[in-house]
Amino acid sequence: MDFNRINEKLSILADAAKYDVSCSSSGSKRQNKSNGLGNSSGMGICHSYTEDGRCVSLLKILLTNHCIFDCAYCVTRKSNDIKRAAFKVQEVVDLTINFYRRNYIEGLFLSSGIFKNADYTMERLIAVAKKLREEEYFNGYIHLKSIPGASDELMREAGLYADRLSVNIEIPTEKGLKLLAPDKNRKDFIKPMEKVKNEIIQYKNEKSLLKKVPLYAPAGQSTQMIVGASGESDAEIMYTSAFFYKSFNLKRVYYSGYVPISHDNRLPSIGTAVPLLRENRLYQTDWLLRFYGFDVRELLNTEHPNLESDIDPKLSWALRNLDQFPVNINKADMRMLLRVPGLGVKSVHKIIAARKYRKLNWENLKLIGASLNRAKYFITCDSRTFERKDRTAAQLKGLIINGSKSKFRNELNTQLNLFDHQNFQPT
Amino acid sequence: MNTILIYDGSFDGLLSAIFNVFELRLTNVCIKRREYSQQNFFDAEEEIITDTEKAKRVWMGLSKKISQQERQKIYKVFLSEIPTIENAILHFIKRTFSSEVSIENDYSDPIILEIDKVSKKVDRKKHRMDAFVRFRLTNDGIYFATIEPDFNVLPLNSEHFKKRYADQKWLIYDLKRKYGIYYNLQNVAIVELEISSEVNSSTKALTYFTVDEINFQELWRIYFKNSNIPSRKNMRLHIKHIPKRYWKYLPEKRF
Repeated sequence: MDFNRINEKLSILADAAKYDVSCSSSGSKRQNKSNGLGNSSGMGICHSYTEDGRCVSLLKILLTNHCIFDCAYCVTRKSNDIKRAAFKVQEVVDLTINFYRRNYIEGLFLSSGIFKNADYTMERLIAVAKKLREEEYFNGYIHLKSIPGASDELMREAGLYADRLSVNIEIPTEKGLKLLAPDKNRKDFIKPMEKVKNEIIQYKNEKSLLKKVPLYAPAGQSTQMIVGASGESDAEIMYTSAFFYKSFNLKRVYYSGYVPISHDNRLPSIGTAVPLLRENRLYQTDWLLRFYGFDVRELLNTEHPNLESDIDPKLSWALRNLDQFPVNINKADMRMLLRVPGLGVKSVHKIIAARKYRKLNWENLKLIGASLNRAKYFITCDSRTFERKDRTAAQLKGLIINGSKSKFRNELNTQLNLFDHQNFQPT
Repeated sequence: MNTILIYDGSFDGLLSAIFNVFELRLTNVCIKRREYSQQNFFDAEEEIITDTEKAKRVWMGLSKKISQQERQKIYKVFLSEIPTIENAILHFIKRTFSSEVSIENDYSDPIILEIDKVSKKVDRKKHRMDAFVRFRLTNDGIYFATIEPDFNVLPLNSEHFKKRYADQKWLIYDLKRKYGIYYNLQNVAIVELEISSEVNSSTKALTYFTVDEINFQELWRIYFKNSNIPSRKNMRLHIKHIPKRYWKYLPEKRF
């Protein structure tokens, strides 16, 4: 292996791949076979974390950053003047195996710029995965990008080697896509996604009939949307997300705060802050949909097209629906417990298990790990002392915000500081 | 007056002590590992001799009362090596034997909640080692890693690494507790040996490791550096996920 050449390629092609936020390595059922290398049947493992606090679980690289498309939001767009590079299939295989053997990674996440055409690119991605599985007996995790517009035949083959497949829809609305990526078409994204979905269903059905069915994309499909690049509302993002979860059985939708990378006037200019807080609120909403039994229409609708930035979406919902509270911790069903601000899924399970032995009081709840600073306004328990229940939503919101410290308090504090160094300009 | 039972620090030793508590119907009892014991004038001390038969009886007795998973939890909590954890384990086992129904979810009992929390902590530390072990290929073809976990989690890790690296020889060595687990392509064994921390000094690297090993570490550093997005920098989160005490074992954090 020529380490100097690989060093350079790796730095270019890792840098180009880093805007893809998916790092998940869980959810697969692939076990170690015949004493080969690797196992991805357990939970995902984050082997390291970059200085931006994101996890490093997979070797996430592009096969090449040559691309025939010119999407405004993308660093590898055709018109961007950057260094280009391309890996050979064998180079990617060697890197993956050697990193995996040293316990640096859980597997490979391979994406690519589109060179020549969709099918040609997809074939090369599959070639890497195939080589890893069939020549190196590699049972680690493989995440392949489905190239928009790739043929059904290739998508069927890809799922036989990959644990997860994903297509990034990137722009939540069709009008945004028209503006920023005029040569791309929504239909091209959906086609491979649809094919993979149908294959997964088919393999599942066969599994109930036949004894031995090969694994087909056992960790399912995911997608990603860029937040804050095309002026879309939170409702537009989350409705799109809910649609994709429902129609394509996606495992995950990722939200990626737009990192300005070009001087294109259709986009936020370089130097604009990454919308981290907004991204956080969207992920909270996503969790509420997937684990807390909320319907997207409860959280976002025509009256509330955007999430509140100063409080989390569950609290925001509770304050709009005070008639459903207080909830009795010792009697309420799981559905309602999950809707109490300050109670997470784990606390709810603990509460349901523990209340079989005796009625729970404030002290028990605190030890169990409930965030009482929020929850106490919405619950009753085995105690004579409790918060007044006649407060208005606005009063409650004020009380809760004053009683808590948000990690985003600097961004939330819009009041002008007298000695704000950044905005201070001597006359 | 309290009775203090002193045991040798092994899991069988602890179970033997617990056997004695039941056999002699001891109350006001406290169990300590020998290295933590301090003589005092007010309490009676008794040295426990580790007896695998007694230990086995307690362990089998538990299997009739609680699930395999729950039993594993007791073992995990023991591996935490927290100085007073033996007494929590004793409380847990006493309540288990005296109750008709399983008490494992009675989280309003603070000690049962504590057991649950500590076992989760041990799980997390174990998981951290699954993540932070970094193998280096030695000149004699063994993938070698050193660690210093906060809890004694190495016995819990062996299954994971065995399944994953079935086709390579590997050795993970706990520098703090001076033992390791070694896989010889057939099975994993605990090995007690003295390895000096000199193996980690960068000047000696080539005496122990292959040239390619150094190159791959460099590639990994390059990868790590280039997958960072500077405009999203968040060092607080970074350090929360990889506390500084682990940095010396991670090639990407050593320069």
